[in-house]
Amino acid sequence: MREVTVGIGGAAGDGLDKTGDTLAKTAARLGLYVYAYNSYQSVIRGGHIWLRVRIGEKKLTSHGDHVNVLIALNQDSIERHAREVESGGAIIYNSDKLKLDPTLLRDNVLPVPLPVSTITKPFGKVPPVMQNTVALGALLFLIGLDFETAASVLTDTFKHKGQAVIDQNVAIARAGYDYAKEHFVPLGYTWTFTHVRRPFITGNEAFAIGAVTAGCKFYSAYPMTPASSILHWMAAHAERCGIVVKQCEDELAVVNMAIGAGYAGVRAMCGTSGGGFALMTEAIGQAGMIEAPVVVIEVQRGGPSTGLPTKTEQGDLNQVFGASQGDYPRVIIAPGDVADCFAAAVEAFNLAEKYQLPVILMSDLLLSEHPETIEPDALRYDVPIERGELVTEWDESQGKYKRYAFTRSGVSPRALPGTEGAAHVAATDDHDEEGILISDVFTCPPVRRKIHEKRMRKLEAVLRELPPPTLEGPEDAEVTLIGWGSTKGVIREAIEKLAQEGIRANHLHIKYLFPFHAREVAEILRRCRKTICVEANYSGQFARYLRAETGISVDAHIRKYDGEPFEPRYIVERVKAILEGASHTLDVTEDEAREIAYHYIRTHLDDDARPGRISRLERDGFEEPIWDVEIISRETGQTRGRLFIGVETGSTYHWQPAELVS
Amino acid sequence: MATVIELPIEVYAGPVDPDWCPGCGDFGVLKAVKMAAGKLGIKPKDLVIISGIGCSSNLPGFIHAYGVHSLHGRAVAVAQGIKLANHDLHVVVTGGDGDGYGIGIGHFIHAMRRNIDITYVVMNNQIYGLTTGQASPTTMKDVRTKSTPRGNAEPPINPIALALVSGATYVARGFSGEPEHLAQLIAGGIAHRGFALIDVFSPCVTYNKVNTYPWFKQRIYKLEEEPGYDPSDVMAALQRSFEWGDRIPIGLFYRDEQPIYEDSEPALRKGPLVHHPLRPERAVFEELIEELM
Repeated sequence: MREVTVGIGGAAGDGLDKTGDTLAKTAARLGLYVYAYNSYQSVIRGGHIWLRVRIGEKKLTSHGDHVNVLIALNQDSIERHAREVESGGAIIYNSDKLKLDPTLLRDNVLPVPLPVSTITKPFGKVPPVMQNTVALGALLFLIGLDFETAASVLTDTFKHKGQAVIDQNVAIARAGYDYAKEHFVPLGYTWTFTHVRRPFITGNEAFAIGAVTAGCKFYSAYPMTPASSILHWMAAHAERCGIVVKQCEDELAVVNMAIGAGYAGVRAMCGTSGGGFALMTEAIGQAGMIEAPVVVIEVQRGGPSTGLPTKTEQGDLNQVFGASQGDYPRVIIAPGDVADCFAAAVEAFNLAEKYQLPVILMSDLLLSEHPETIEPDALRYDVPIERGELVTEWDESQGKYKRYAFTRSGVSPRALPGTEGAAHVAATDDHDEEGILISDVFTCPPVRRKIHEKRMRKLEAVLRELPPPTLEGPEDAEVTLIGWGSTKGVIREAIEKLAQEGIRANHLHIKYLFPFHAREVAEILRRCRKTICVEANYSGQFARYLRAETGISVDAHIRKYDGEPFEPRYIVERVKAILEGASHTLDVTEDEAREIAYHYIRTHLDDDARPGRISRLERDGFEEPIWDVEIISRETGQTRGRLFIGVETGSTYHWQPAELVS
Repeated sequence: MATVIELPIEVYAGPVDPDWCPGCGDFGVLKAVKMAAGKLGIKPKDLVIISGIGCSSNLPGFIHAYGVHSLHGRAVAVAQGIKLANHDLHVVVTGGDGDGYGIGIGHFIHAMRRNIDITYVVMNNQIYGLTTGQASPTTMKDVRTKSTPRGNAEPPINPIALALVSGATYVARGFSGEPEHLAQLIAGGIAHRGFALIDVFSPCVTYNKVNTYPWFKQRIYKLEEEPGYDPSDVMAALQRSFEWGDRIPIGLFYRDEQPIYEDSEPALRKGPLVHHPLRPERAVFEELIEELM
């Protein structure tokens, strides 16, 4: 076997993160590749957290679409995910507290009950969260990972808590490992460990490290998921890296401070999500107008409004394109993977300073928050640092320094405050070459025309500098999948899966959104047979942009806006359906009906029930077919009642308690 | 201590003449800013004047120095970014009451609470001038304006009291009819280590027919001429800040030496950020990567 996916389910506060992290780092230190995704909710305690850690011998570009081993930290997780565990897999759970109903298991799935209190007895009283450590130990045995490597990870993880804590964690993990060895047969995973050490890193960490390596000296932000971890990383490393990190009163201050710092000559960056970006937009136009370099990271989450605070989407494209009134030069880059986040941050600072404009990096929750192993050389120390044309002194005998001098390139050499002889005003009202306002007393339409052209002309050079996108895969493929930003990896994997099923597909990935290589993209797409745009939003914002820029309407769309990222199988199924000409229904599926039932149980039935049998009723509906979901008690398995869910609308029409039925 | 070589105000002569209405109070403020910089011997290259939007916010265009004419209400935020990037610069924010006490009040309060070393000169004419005469946050109650034809329903903001309770460490009020006195106050603010507010009565001769030069001249008195007034006593300052009517105080309300925000930033101990090497040391970079393994 070449790969395994471990799913860890529990509630916020159950300590999944540490378990997942230890597992991932153990695999990474052994030289395996890891890709993890945490589906979480906006609660500090409780809720349902579903963390998947995918481990393989080959580079992984998505979290995949299956589960081999489940670690269930609560009853809810057993019930929700047991059925997903594939044959040959296992379910690990604390048998002191949780029950595993055998009817939930697929064939050939091994139940791994761990009597945690018995196993941990020799260690005295241990906190409940140690059940994770026992489970982790058992997991290491079952999937054939090396215990000593895990022990070294635990040692590093708990270094700051002292030797006693390290010893306890290692001993308890060992007890779990030994218990599994004594009672279970391993699942048959045989690995080749290369012991090549690779960084295990999130997109946000890669942005932060890329920025610092490129010379970022100022980072400002207001806390907002999913951008906050950039702020946390920057704050934690500020002193060591010599950065000023400013948590401001609001996003207006955030971006204006960053622009001030950029104007004064330091490499400045700020980060936020869509709601915060909405507040920043006026100032981003200001950066374009006063020609101040600044880098803004926009990490998208589900919108509109405060939307889905902990869920992913690519729904802010229209907003980012529409940021600020008027026309102004700016660059919009959407890195496609974690390694690319590092490179894009470096590139963003260089473009911002060389062309004296705002650069917006677009990410999303998936890309920014998921960790994966990347090749060590993706994080380079000696990145290029290009500051553009700086005026360090000005002899006034050369004439007056003109901050906004009209040039062929549109770039006017920049003097920083403190420079002798080059004092000027950077004006957000439109101005002449010297910075003198042209809106009021000195109104002058030709000057306005020429300075506006000067600013916008920078984009020509930017576009020439940016590499155009290329088609990956066979030129004559049956299908071309078009994506942008974070979907790069999952589309790539979907294409491999399609190939296994005999469908030849290729991939056009767009990283540079603005300025846009319209001519090159149009040339590529005209040669393609069937084009499908894959994006995580409702209205197809990128497909619309593509049409506006190239005149090409794609043949079909694959869109997702439920907050969860694309998985390869989902794309494969949709591509096949499109090729077959099957119409796409938005009806609630059986799995979705089960999720809606869970939502109802959580909100109205105190969480002590679960969905049982689900059947579809065509006629006995509320003007539409309905899913009839039997709700059973978690404790006794007895029917609590029936819930009726609309197939077309998703409406939870009716809850019929059992006592009323009988 | 280095000797200060005073500079004549001609050093700061701007590229263009102000486009303010004849008689505008802002002329006096412009002159006072130049005088203050001259008294302190600040070279134009080391002075940055940041403004927002409004008549008074055009001031950076009328003075020879570095400047940013930024967005409505955002000058204080931009100024803090500049100061943190290069704390060798003298950073002065100039703007109006609508800009600073209306749309920008959040940044104003937070900058004071940080006690960051910038000087904020607010030309307070109690009206929105550039938009042709609507009520501002400092328009007095019941005053009729274009936007309050039945009289202003809202009581005005008290910027002096607000500054005192928000943590500003230099709080003063001047009058553009007395540019020498105002220049002293501004110079004091620039020389002061910490956030300095100089609220300036700067009459709008076109749209404010209530708070005119004579109106102020009849009422203002100078705190420094008050026997026993102690500008280190915050409670006394607060008491005076509420004085409004027949007698209105100008002068230095309050001054206190407190640690400034810049002192709390480890990165700034090695001198202004703008002079730091861009690339981190290789050893630091390697540590950052090692943490991820």
